[in-house]
Amino acid sequence: MNNIPTSEFAVRRPPAVSVKTPRNPAQAGNGNQLMADSFSVYYGPFEAVKKVSCAFPVGEVTALIGPSGCGKSTFLRAINRMNDLIPSCHVKGLLYFGGKRIYGPKLDVTVLRRRIGMVFQKPNPFPKSIYDNVAYGPRLHASCSRRDLDERVETSLRKAALWDEVKDRLQANALGLSGGQQQRLCLARALAVNPEVLLMDEPTSALDPKATAAIEDLIDALRGAYTIIIVTHNMQQAARVSDLTAFLYEGSLIEVGATSQLFTNPKEKRTEDYITGRFG
Amino acid sequence: MMRLQTRKLLDRAFAGVGVFAIVLMALALIAILLPIFQRGAGAYVFRATVEHRRQMLDLFERGDEDVLVKEMQKALEARQPVLEALASYRADQSERLNEAIGAADRLAQRDDLLGRRIARAVEQLRHTADLRQQIDRLSRIEQLMRPQSTPDMTDDLDLIRDITSELEVQAAQYGELTERLRQLLGPLPGDEPRILPRFRYGQARWDRALIKQSQLLYIEEWDYSDASAMGRRVLSPRRDLFADTALYPLFEHIENDLEAMLRPRWTFYGRFLTDHSVDAHFFGGIGPEALGTFYLTLGAMLFAVPLGIIAAIYFAEYAKPGRTVSFLRSCVSTLAGVPSIVFGLFGLAFFIYTIRVSPGKSVLAGSLTLGLLILPTVIRAAEEAILAVPREYKEAALALGAGRWRTVLTVILPAALPGILTGTVISMGRAAGETAPIIFTAAVSVGVALQPTEVFTQATPALSWNIYNLATEHEAVDEIRHVQYGMVTTLVGIVLLLNIAAIWMRARISRKLRG
Repeated sequence: MNNIPTSEFAVRRPPAVSVKTPRNPAQAGNGNQLMADSFSVYYGPFEAVKKVSCAFPVGEVTALIGPSGCGKSTFLRAINRMNDLIPSCHVKGLLYFGGKRIYGPKLDVTVLRRRIGMVFQKPNPFPKSIYDNVAYGPRLHASCSRRDLDERVETSLRKAALWDEVKDRLQANALGLSGGQQQRLCLARALAVNPEVLLMDEPTSALDPKATAAIEDLIDALRGAYTIIIVTHNMQQAARVSDLTAFLYEGSLIEVGATSQLFTNPKEKRTEDYITGRFG
Repeated sequence: MMRLQTRKLLDRAFAGVGVFAIVLMALALIAILLPIFQRGAGAYVFRATVEHRRQMLDLFERGDEDVLVKEMQKALEARQPVLEALASYRADQSERLNEAIGAADRLAQRDDLLGRRIARAVEQLRHTADLRQQIDRLSRIEQLMRPQSTPDMTDDLDLIRDITSELEVQAAQYGELTERLRQLLGPLPGDEPRILPRFRYGQARWDRALIKQSQLLYIEEWDYSDASAMGRRVLSPRRDLFADTALYPLFEHIENDLEAMLRPRWTFYGRFLTDHSVDAHFFGGIGPEALGTFYLTLGAMLFAVPLGIIAAIYFAEYAKPGRTVSFLRSCVSTLAGVPSIVFGLFGLAFFIYTIRVSPGKSVLAGSLTLGLLILPTVIRAAEEAILAVPREYKEAALALGAGRWRTVLTVILPAALPGILTGTVISMGRAAGETAPIIFTAAVSVGVALQPTEVFTQATPALSWNIYNLATEHEAVDEIRHVQYGMVTTLVGIVLLLNIAAIWMRARISRKLRG
């Protein structure tokens, strides 16, 4: 029927989204911490994301899939307002985070970005030491003591499963690490400011299979503590790591649902065509 | 489709042309720099005569006085024959003069009005010490008496005329000779003391002494007999003028024993870099100029670098593309193309006359002008360096919740530092070497080294300006070529050192950034 090994993720991720409760009720807020309501993103006159409405449940991993140029990255970067950097980019519609409008006039974008961390497609550690990379975020937001900072760095590196590899060379330049290590360092850097949401923009596309597996394991480990939204080209990866999957096509959200349901029993024809490899 | 062989050949040809161009450039650089360095090194390392050591002791209080006194004694001993020859020549001349005076005395014996007038004139003559004045008065007596003379006076008058005309010529030749001798060995005994140091000492440098020696030994004349060609230089030995006189052996001494008279010795004069100059660069070093260049360059950097980096940050990070920004950008580009003399005039008109940063020329006004001159270069280099920083760094910082300004300070500037540094040092070399902007705003030909507190009000000499000044406006350009080349070498050396330091720092920072 299709080339996706459905049985595998069916075994790994049986529960359907509808029956899920937030794993971390303390962080839950209204349960729909991140929510888009007919949200559109334009590059000049071009509508890259078209009236997307959906919610990202707290503590869940949501995968955004779709062919190249479908607007998934644009949508992701709109969530922490990274698109502000592009002069021609503007938005319509509403995007809520914790009940507040992300594009509201009173929102402090630095606070937003601290609460919504991001990991990029290409590992992008600063050309500084490993320690300074992880400590960069905490230093921005609070003047904590040297000991607190050390602790923060260690905790973050442990969460990113990198501590054992780098604990002896924290002062070495981060660019000396391998690609996979660099990406985990970027993850640790993002975790160091204690975000509530983690956005991942194709975090493994520049990595080899082993490093990819390490990152996927990490995502699995972080599940529950963080709301994770991951953009991926790799449908197996989406199937492996996510609880929910959203399929975007030409800027529109075609279908969103529990990963197991979407991959085995898509409601939309276009979704089925895409996941079975008929286009994209 | 080109054949493989042809393609390979073309590739190789291109590589060859590239290598050739680089080698050519390197050779040109060497061909330009080597002679300059070689001559400039002459300001620091040269054969210094005993006169140099005397100056050092007199003017800078350096050296061992006892040793020098002994050495000077030896030198004076060697000069003794020269002085003796001069003295004996002068004695001969006085003898000849006395002959003429004797004739005048005989004329004064006449017991009439004429005789009494001659007697009075001779009396006046005896009170005159200077040989030339004596000759002058004698020939005037002769000219006065000639029309009123009686036949019995003719012999004596003729004698006086012959001797005075002979002595007149000799006195002129002798005067020129002693002038050359003074240049070579310093004042002669019996000379009146003179104020300018250049007249108080002989040649301090052996190379200059050799030139002076040849000017003493030979008379330079120009032969224009062939009207269709350029004048031809003819050297004739000066000793021929003094054949059969007591001065004849002097030339032999000067030719053979000059070393004993001046005692040249290889000397490293390292303090040329820090010594002040004496008597408009005749002696001493280039301290005030070097310090002035340092102040001016530092001032220009202090002004231009922060401003340039801030402007570059604005252009690269803050400015929204639009009319205003592109107008500003073209302003910066235009500024980079403005001739430096225009900056100099602007500095005079604006900094000194309009906003009056100082009462007149000053290091401050010069620094501001130079700063303005290099500002476009700094802005462009910094902007390019900032734009070359990977966008990912900026995104990473922003995604962690850093503000724009924070991102610039903590991530973008450190990553752009090598590029900024390169641009800065290139413009530093430019600021150190520019002449036109400081002519009207900061530079003076002769001045003292400034204290750091004086830079706000005082003008200063500077290497670039003084090189030009020494080459074109100095009263004795030829005498002080070594100072001029010394300045050029020092300036080029400073700029080279700065560049090397920048390359080293850049490499270090890049290595740190690369990990």
